[in-house]
Amino acid sequence: MTVHRRDLLRMAGLGAGGLVLGFTWPGLVPRRARAGDADVVGPAPTAFIRIGATGPVMLIMPDTECGQGIWTSAAMLIAEELEVGLDQVSLIPAPPDAKLYASPALGEQATGGSTSIIGDWTRLREAGARARIMLVQAAANQWQVAPASCRAAAGVVHHDASGRSTPYAQLADAAGALPVPGKVALKPQSAWTLIGTVQKRLDTPSKVNGSAVFGIDVQIPGMKIGTVAACPVLGGRLAGIDEAAARAVPGVRDVVRLDNAVAVIGDHFWAAKQGLQAANPRWDEGPNAQVNSAGLVAALAAATQHPGAVARDSGDAPGKIAGAATKLEAVYELPFLSHAPMEPINTTLHIRPDGADLWVGTQVPVRAQDAVAKEAGLKPEQVVVHNHMMGGAFGRRLDVDSIEQAAAIARTLAYPVKLIWTREEDITHDLFRPYYYDRMAAGLDADGRILGWTHRTGGSSVMARWLPAGMQGQLDPDAVEGATQTPYDLPAMKVEYVRHESPGVTTAWWRGVGPTHNVFVVEGFMDECAAAAGKDPIEYRRALLQKNPRALAVLNLAAEKSGWGEKLPAGVGRGVSVQYAFSSFLAHVLEVEVTPRGEIRLRRATVAIDCGQRVNPDTITAQIEGGLIFGLSMALYSDITHENGRVQQSNFNNYRMLRIDQAPRIEVHQIDSHEDPGGIGETGTAAASAALANAIYAATGKRLRRLPFGNGALQSS
Amino acid sequence: MILKINGRSYDVDIQPDMPVLWVLRDVLGLTGTKFGCGIAQCGACTIHVDGRAVRSCVLPAGGVGDAAITTIEAIGATPEGAKVQKAWLDREVVQCGYCQSGQIMSATALLVQTPKPTDPDIDAAMAGNICRCGTYVRIRAAIHEAAGA
Repeated sequence: MTVHRRDLLRMAGLGAGGLVLGFTWPGLVPRRARAGDADVVGPAPTAFIRIGATGPVMLIMPDTECGQGIWTSAAMLIAEELEVGLDQVSLIPAPPDAKLYASPALGEQATGGSTSIIGDWTRLREAGARARIMLVQAAANQWQVAPASCRAAAGVVHHDASGRSTPYAQLADAAGALPVPGKVALKPQSAWTLIGTVQKRLDTPSKVNGSAVFGIDVQIPGMKIGTVAACPVLGGRLAGIDEAAARAVPGVRDVVRLDNAVAVIGDHFWAAKQGLQAANPRWDEGPNAQVNSAGLVAALAAATQHPGAVARDSGDAPGKIAGAATKLEAVYELPFLSHAPMEPINTTLHIRPDGADLWVGTQVPVRAQDAVAKEAGLKPEQVVVHNHMMGGAFGRRLDVDSIEQAAAIARTLAYPVKLIWTREEDITHDLFRPYYYDRMAAGLDADGRILGWTHRTGGSSVMARWLPAGMQGQLDPDAVEGATQTPYDLPAMKVEYVRHESPGVTTAWWRGVGPTHNVFVVEGFMDECAAAAGKDPIEYRRALLQKNPRALAVLNLAAEKSGWGEKLPAGVGRGVSVQYAFSSFLAHVLEVEVTPRGEIRLRRATVAIDCGQRVNPDTITAQIEGGLIFGLSMALYSDITHENGRVQQSNFNNYRMLRIDQAPRIEVHQIDSHEDPGGIGETGTAAASAALANAIYAATGKRLRRLPFGNGALQSS
Repeated sequence: MILKINGRSYDVDIQPDMPVLWVLRDVLGLTGTKFGCGIAQCGACTIHVDGRAVRSCVLPAGGVGDAAITTIEAIGATPEGAKVQKAWLDREVVQCGYCQSGQIMSATALLVQTPKPTDPDIDAAMAGNICRCGTYVRIRAAIHEAAGA
């Protein structure tokens, strides 16, 4: 281990003495923070921990904070082993450096897929332990005592026998000169003082008084502000603008033409926006000018009539279905979705001949750096990334299309420029969650038991665009996540994926990815099987979970806490869903009322979650609450459609969001689990729509299979 | 044009049709007030004008006149604003935080008008503020807590 770390040291350009435990931090954010800069980076533990002679203990956060609370949980993991209090630490975002900060779960420096805690669970505790061991050793050396006779607590090393103690800050220089320990023993759970306890989030005080700085809030001396219009049809080009009219708007400074977009830059956003309107851009709409939703869906439906790449095939499911007493078939459909984070897309850039600075909130700092370098003709190490907290991301900020566009604009300008997309630009030029078209079939025996189950899903592959190496031949493993591994013991299963790319639409990760898609389909169809068998939906599932004690436990807990089986008023129904997703088990019972006019009212959600070992339990509850609301908002309203190549939704008036008066009461019940930690950021979102569909069925007898449900689906069905 | 903001007077050289949101953010550097939609649909830009919650993205600066503008940066100096901010932290309302300036401004205006709001009062006052992270359950709890404090 030690040798390996020294190799890393060399690769990072750090010579002997380059360990930075004793480094004095010059400011909150490194002006230049890249591998090769001897004053900043080093391998674990120094990649994650910097202790100077003065100031707080700096913890470098490998994951990006977009609201999910990861900075607090990651800090807890380090602090637990480092033996510092959360009130003694200061948190900074990791610079782009895949060698040091790649997610162990994702293989690159990215925050997504509900993988942060899974990836950090060991590496951050080990980093804390290594640094603590070095600090204790440094103190023991000074006092000429055995390290085992010393203890560390709250940032101080103590030697109780002699009554001596020294704060970490005074030991940092000496500790930095010591070898980094190899294998380290981590504290047993019985010794934890932070992990598993409710801790206040460290990032929130600045978010209640307006002082938090998101990317959109960056202010750089000499900065101008611009806004952009790209061709409303994907693949089209800019044909012409009224540049003189744009420049006549007071406060407008520059107009920048790109092949497929135009930007207007001004003293403030209002000037830029007025200028862009005056520019009145015209477009050559290109080959996608006739794209419309009806045609896209018809082509996808046709594609799924053919077999796809086989993701799972066990027990001759088609044969079992053919011979079954009862056969069920159904088609489930999920629309294109926009992310619409509250902070609209924005990028601030200053590109100079010899380098560039990028101020942005991104889930992928290395990709962002590379994008600017490529557009600006610079080396990646010449681009300094100042990453920021994000006003929501939900997968949108895993892509760098807007940063590429900003770089193409900024490289023509001599001053720093902040480019802000209007909400209309943000929604119409989002990269969308794929439209999925899923064909389901099952065969039941005379007692209603499932003999065979087939699931063929069709849609665009995000993986093929975003991470081609993640493809398994023609199979996109994300598209079938939650379909191949259901919680259930099914005797025969076949799962296929049909890749079908729609012209004129680019697709992207969206909160909950594969499970948000497949839990809806699997759990909706499971409910259909239960109904066909004449069984209670929870009883029916229990019978299939006898070999899955963790799934059974969350189902039983949700059933108990929700009062499942109670008599309900007319028009009120409860639906259930169970899932294993992001290495966490979850059961959800949702109670809804459907009014005689077909309006859906969300009354009460009861969730039971087993996400393994818990770090900050209140964050788990918050993520389930918020994830559910996000998923229910999607399930009721979200539907991106196309007409004449254009996205038809543009702002919150026609791309609706759930509001406080529509939100249900939510109860989250956590299982005290000692299993490996699972993910939580997307878990609640994946759990939303199936329980909603099943609750609507229970309330009305109407089975809804096409999302969303709240835009009149019940009036017309 | 003179604007009274957070107890100070600012002389700003702007077109009168410029929304107050952009005066605050881009001319005065008060970035706590957020841009979310530009059409008064999300509430992220909520400020107080003479104590009333107003969407600053559609409020022309030329129409403000002598009225007193209060933003998130100064709301903690009011008794209700301080209670709301404290309740927001006590209840751990915040996730990404981007909408919360507007949520806090709407909640504070509610408590000034209606010191003991019912759930329907909260629905009416807060339904104009979208939270994409879905913190509504805790916003409701925090408003009740602030009202009881």
